[in-house]
Amino acid sequence: MELTGAQMICECLVREEVEYIFGLPGGSTLPFYDMLPQYPQLKHILVRHEQVAAHAADGYARASGKVGVCCATSGPGATNLVTGIANAWLDSVPMVALTGEVVTGLIGRDGFQEADITGITLPVTKHNYLALDAADLPRMIREAFYIAATGRPGPVLIDIPRDVFQQKTEFVYPEKLELRGYRPVSHPDHEHIDRAAELINESKQPLILAGHGVIISQAYDELRELAEKGNIPVITTLLGISSFPGSHRLCLGMPGMHGMYWNNMAISECDLLIAIGMRFDDRVTGRLRDFAPGAKVIHIDIDPAEIGKNVRPTVALEGDAKAILKELNDQVESREREDWLAHLDELRREHPSITIRDTAKLLPQYVIKTIYDASKGDCSVVTGVGQHQMWSAQFMWFDKPNSLFTAGGLGPMGFEVPAAIGVQVARPGELVWSICGDGSFQMTLQDLITVTINDLPIKFAIINNRHLGMVRQWQHLFYHDNLVATPLKNPDFVKIAEAYDILGIRVTDKHMVESAVYRAMEHPGPVLIDFQVEEHENLWPMVPPGAALQETMDLPKYEEERVVAQA
Amino acid sequence: MREIRQHIIIALVEDKPGVLNRIASKWRQRGFNIESLAVGHSETAGLSRMTFVVDANTDAEQVVKQLDKLVDVVEIRDISDENVVSRELALIKVKAAAENRSLIIEIVNIFRAEIIDVGPESLIVEVTGPDDKIDAMFDLLKDYGVVEIVRTGRVALLRGVASSTPGLHELAEEPFERYPEGETPYSSE
Repeated sequence: MELTGAQMICECLVREEVEYIFGLPGGSTLPFYDMLPQYPQLKHILVRHEQVAAHAADGYARASGKVGVCCATSGPGATNLVTGIANAWLDSVPMVALTGEVVTGLIGRDGFQEADITGITLPVTKHNYLALDAADLPRMIREAFYIAATGRPGPVLIDIPRDVFQQKTEFVYPEKLELRGYRPVSHPDHEHIDRAAELINESKQPLILAGHGVIISQAYDELRELAEKGNIPVITTLLGISSFPGSHRLCLGMPGMHGMYWNNMAISECDLLIAIGMRFDDRVTGRLRDFAPGAKVIHIDIDPAEIGKNVRPTVALEGDAKAILKELNDQVESREREDWLAHLDELRREHPSITIRDTAKLLPQYVIKTIYDASKGDCSVVTGVGQHQMWSAQFMWFDKPNSLFTAGGLGPMGFEVPAAIGVQVARPGELVWSICGDGSFQMTLQDLITVTINDLPIKFAIINNRHLGMVRQWQHLFYHDNLVATPLKNPDFVKIAEAYDILGIRVTDKHMVESAVYRAMEHPGPVLIDFQVEEHENLWPMVPPGAALQETMDLPKYEEERVVAQA
Repeated sequence: MREIRQHIIIALVEDKPGVLNRIASKWRQRGFNIESLAVGHSETAGLSRMTFVVDANTDAEQVVKQLDKLVDVVEIRDISDENVVSRELALIKVKAAAENRSLIIEIVNIFRAEIIDVGPESLIVEVTGPDDKIDAMFDLLKDYGVVEIVRTGRVALLRGVASSTPGLHELAEEPFERYPEGETPYSSE
């Protein structure tokens, strides 16, 4: 059967069971868009900026478990995807990006809207393709989806010149993949697992560090079994939040730069770290030299390049977390570890890092906690990047697996609107809260129209402190409070909501918070709440950049010092 | 482990456009300098074999792991610690006035090199060997005036019958399932 390149792409996307494509058309992708009405199973969600397409595909992928698909035209369309692709790369999110390209004869000749997108995305994709012959498209698409979804997931880009979309040739769907250089999953030897079990059984003060890999591999039950069997407390990294029930007696919350003080001390005191699907990011470890000085390390990761990259493990287990934990759990012996748990409880009591000050002022922490409590945790939460993101990670103790969606590695502001679109598309009927920073929100707010048009009942909560809050905090602490370019003069967010036909609510006082949150949850459509919170609220605890976890500045102690200094 | 002067890394890669760029990009990202790189067809159609030589201070383990993740890199291995033979070829154009000519020829003979071009005032010498042999010869010829030298970069193989990249054959025959265990490995529930 002879088909055009564009038809082949549609045929292949259908075979990959793609339901949604987030995109924005342009000259080079027109032949593809021309074909879409013939494939109603491929639902296209039009965005207003390609960065949104990529982040939405990212949110969709994280929430649905499927590969997210985004599409952009050549040149600026493709370059606008790059932030979203880089984010998916750093956070291991399966994504296929389709980009148009100038006609093959113009490639390399600075054609109109030409950008070397395969060159540009080389360091931020698992793999990418430039299709120069339509006959290659079926194989490329099949490989792209396979590569994106298997092993450590990640983004794959296919660049397709306009004439290749139009080229007619025999459609041959590859039944077998031949990727001789791609080995997505290995499994460790028994001896290594034996050794790891031995270390765990011997350990008096073990800790689990659970990362995104637990969620990707859906190893929730296995992680829980390991923790409960050995009475091993679980620390969840930012992307590991919701891999272990937040209300569980063994859940300790987040570590690192803005993690709980007790966690940073626990890491510094433990004799064994069991790191599962996490990569010892600098925001987790603080100064590497002083990280977990007394601990042996078991590192479980699917990506061999993560083993030994930052922390050299005592035992490395390369492979899928679920498969490894299943095998490991058989050999882990029941232990009480009462002394260790009691010690951690005491740490927690002495340094209650994340209490909310008792004040009549409207505190951002209070808003976030109220949202979570009102939702009773039965919701999906998306955040932007900044203080509000960290407060969400601190004050929302998710019980539901895979329910926090946040951009960890790249930290792109503007994630909260597009990712919430993707999450709500993947989870219709779910209560989706998008916790926004007032700065972060304004990077992608144009796509509120996408929310309205597609009837997505997302609840946006802007934690509006009229500042680029995280940067302001750093200026305050490390640059003598010299607030350069961080105070924001904001638009009227309620009016913006109304302009997009979204219910807008303004909250200026603490006593208004609860009713606004309930009103938003009861409203069937999208809602935007502008929470005008305290301007200069700082985020605690904090490990200063470059410092060790042992140097964590905890909330109450620091606040006292500041008061003394002012007096 | 012997103390190594340099890392020798051998890779079997897809013979496709852009592959060199993908590989070079990984070295660049980590700020490593490649001392030499030699590429050519391998015994298998569609695959090229590369030999990299990098400074001993390089964190070769991490780069090798990163390169191994590239879809186009079929196999890669640091063979610095192993029993290898390595050779390099150089062409050296040297000034050869009549009075020096016989002296140069003597050096060429000692090094078992070859003169492959003779001009009225110059010679081109072809020399093959380990890199220190080429360095030594270059040093000797410098006195007569080296116009230019071009080196291929080192190529290396393991001694004995073992393949330097043994995994290829088992891999090529292993069929790929659509998704291992029949499911996408990434799901929310």
